[in-house]
Amino acid sequence: MIRLGTRARARSGKLVHGAVLLAFSVLLGFPFYWMVITSFKRGPDLYNLKNNPFIFNQMPTLEHLRLLFEETLFLRWLGNTLFAGILVVAITLVLAVPAAYALTRLTGRWGGRIGIAIFLTYLVPPTLLFIPLSRIVALLGLQDTLWSVIVVYPSFTIPFSIWLLMGFFKSIPRELEDAAMVDGLTRFQAFLKLVVPISVSGILTVVIFSFTLVTQEFVYALTFISSAAHQTVGVGVPIYLVRGDVYYWGSLMAACLIASLPIGFGYNLFLDRFIAGFTFGSVK
Amino acid sequence: MSLGRQRWLGPAMFLPAVLYVVALVGVPFVLAFLYSVGDVKVGSVGYHFVGLANFKSVLQNPTFLRALRNSFVFTISSQILVLVGANILALALKSAFPGRRFVRFLILLPWVAPVSIGAIGWKWILDSLYSVINWVLIRAHLVNEFSPPMWLGEPALAMMSVILVHTWHMLPFATVIILAGWTAIPKDIPEAASVDGARFFRRLFQIELPMMLPIINVAVLFGVIFTFTDMTVVYILTRGGPYDTTQVLPSLAFFAGILGSDLAEGAAISLFLVPVLAIAAWLMLRTAHRAEVT
Amino acid sequence: MAVVQTRGLTKLFKKGDVGAVVQVDLESREGEFLVLLGPSGSGKTTLLRMIAGLEEPTSGEILIGGRVVNDLTPRERRIAMVFQSYALYPHLSVFGNITFPLKAQGMRKPDREKKAEWAAGLLGIGHLLARKPRELSGGERQRVALARAIVREPALFLLDEPLSNLDAKLRASARTELEQFQRRIGTTTIYVTHDQVEAMAMGDRIVVMNRGSVRQIGTPAEVYDDPADSFVATFLGSPPMNLIESGNVTVGFRPEHFLPAAEAREKGSAIPVRFHVTNVEYLGAERILYGEAQSGLFDGQNVISRIAAHGGAALEKGTVQEFAVAERDLKFFDRESGTRTARVGIG
Repeated sequence: MIRLGTRARARSGKLVHGAVLLAFSVLLGFPFYWMVITSFKRGPDLYNLKNNPFIFNQMPTLEHLRLLFEETLFLRWLGNTLFAGILVVAITLVLAVPAAYALTRLTGRWGGRIGIAIFLTYLVPPTLLFIPLSRIVALLGLQDTLWSVIVVYPSFTIPFSIWLLMGFFKSIPRELEDAAMVDGLTRFQAFLKLVVPISVSGILTVVIFSFTLVTQEFVYALTFISSAAHQTVGVGVPIYLVRGDVYYWGSLMAACLIASLPIGFGYNLFLDRFIAGFTFGSVK
Repeated sequence: MSLGRQRWLGPAMFLPAVLYVVALVGVPFVLAFLYSVGDVKVGSVGYHFVGLANFKSVLQNPTFLRALRNSFVFTISSQILVLVGANILALALKSAFPGRRFVRFLILLPWVAPVSIGAIGWKWILDSLYSVINWVLIRAHLVNEFSPPMWLGEPALAMMSVILVHTWHMLPFATVIILAGWTAIPKDIPEAASVDGARFFRRLFQIELPMMLPIINVAVLFGVIFTFTDMTVVYILTRGGPYDTTQVLPSLAFFAGILGSDLAEGAAISLFLVPVLAIAAWLMLRTAHRAEVT
Repeated sequence: MAVVQTRGLTKLFKKGDVGAVVQVDLESREGEFLVLLGPSGSGKTTLLRMIAGLEEPTSGEILIGGRVVNDLTPRERRIAMVFQSYALYPHLSVFGNITFPLKAQGMRKPDREKKAEWAAGLLGIGHLLARKPRELSGGERQRVALARAIVREPALFLLDEPLSNLDAKLRASARTELEQFQRRIGTTTIYVTHDQVEAMAMGDRIVVMNRGSVRQIGTPAEVYDDPADSFVATFLGSPPMNLIESGNVTVGFRPEHFLPAAEAREKGSAIPVRFHVTNVEYLGAERILYGEAQSGLFDGQNVISRIAAHGGAALEKGTVQEFAVAERDLKFFDRESGTRTARVGIG
């Protein structure tokens, strides 16, 4: 066997490294690249099997985008999702932040157990609960309204957020609040005036992640909402951008791009904090 | 520790959240059991207990058995691919290199984008007429121009496509978790192994991966739960077709319970998810507990 | 033949020079216990890691057993290393830890077991073989790390501050054990520490380093009694040497040489110093006196004296004493560079 010197070894290692990264980047990123190409390709070019699909054989066009914005309910869906997202995040914050704090600080042994129980509820899937929930939603008169999902979504954003926030709160030293209480604040005041401001980055992480959970959801929205005008983006785009059996691929891919990239940016920004919260307990 | 006077503060702060979750998770959970042993249909009033009749009829349905088998096949196949892929990718992402942030952004997209969006994107790539994959295969003379593979139209290929999309969607999540596990290994342990004479692969398989086992377990268990209980990929890619050959438990439950309006049957089907969930959750708790002790 | 040699070894970091190493020439003798001593950031650990092969030098050569090893991986250098944290493999038992290097060598199972038992016996941990690292105390972990290191019978032992993770009480006994252990097996050892007491106690020779370069190499007696510059002079010895600037030299004398005049004069002619004692630390076997010189050359300077507890009962805080330093005990350093210079007449 040829003995490679350290320098040659390092060089071939770098080659393999680069090849691996390239392969995975292509595999994972290709659909998005494909969305970009499809969104701007003219119909005749797009549906012509003789043309090279990877390049623009005719001039790119904005026609699909125009169609998307002017002749479909896409903007409506974006608005619905944004509206639902904001409200769901608000409900989540109001309920999860105090709960996470209480479970971290105030209930000793039980706190840990309830925390685990809450985490387990996150593992209960929508595809198990959606059938009974469809009944409950009908009972509340919320079927086919955006409110159905606004009410139901916190059922998974809250457990997730509590679990995330418990990680953050655990890392804040107790002495801080103890000092504040010695100085005269009540515990709740210490919580509001001290702990919450310190945890802004944790809370922001919860906001971003809860919002992405809302945008990613499919089953409940599909089940509870039946008319196109009330739908969210996650369901509207794959289900309603079609006439009969034929999809409007150009506009559809454009819609997909718009629905994925912004979330991608926000998520990437906060990922490191999420990982810190996730691994606080699992790995020492 | 609660202060003597304000004992009520703790419960006051967490009860609203707990009650909300109990109402929207606990209650439907119990209802699912009740429906499965009843004869509830959409629009029906009242409730009749029918024992295990729903389960019996469901178990005799060949479509259900097929869906049950598919659920396991899809989940196990995609998770094996994810496990291997995520470890390789995490290894590649471990060291700093120029453009790392951008690569990480790109690699995360399949997980961050709504799974329905990713699925419909793949549907276009796998389209029966216009699939770009087929275009490449035809040009490379690997397939016949007049009978290209019907990625979503032939049962075996459709199953592979579903597994592919699940793998594509879950890979980033597993990679991120495993990467976190890598960075948690103290720097001097691989160095000690190096000095002790272990080269790359021995270090990897005998020292580094075993140390990461708890966190790999967690990643796999999450992946199993998310994949096993997912209906979106199947619904969007194939609607369970061709001819119910790619149905899985959750999608079948949807078709029966919601589209078919038979809530009881739907509930019964979806309850078969519970044993797998329970085992996965128990394993996860055990692993997390063991990891904390170390 | 020297076991380890470095020639002009240099390591520069992009992010500045903390921990960098500059032009180090070193030669260690067969079987010796060589200590690399210096404050944090002096480059001692970097130097050790380069010898181990964990860090690539910017320039210079490293030779082990006469061969240039710059291009060899750690595995190929036949060295063993004990890390500050011991770096025990947490998922393997003590037995698994000890036999790991042998497995990597391809040794067969029965031979591995024999070797492991021998190493464990040498370190008295035979009863711990089935345990996992997390079940062991600090001292036991150190012994496992040592067993893992010697089991391959390496040509060279490298230790990176292995005692600093132990609590103070344990440290002293662990230190003695380590010394005896090294003497028994006779392998050349390079030992990194920032603790000058450890260095003096354990080392056959000490390499004193600061800011990446070697200031002096010598036996404990040499670096203590004959320091090459003011850095070495003040780094070794606690409390540190008194340094007083006078003209273009710095005059130094150790606290234990700063004594009541009568005692100091027993060694010959001495420089008298009127000593105003401002603080006394009674340490049991000795006393440390802090104060101010109030006469002649050293006027106004803070000085420290270190005397046996039983001498001079009246040495109390607030008093003024007639102290002196024997001229023989004075060391002179160039004021700008700090290097030791010849005796200068003063006083």
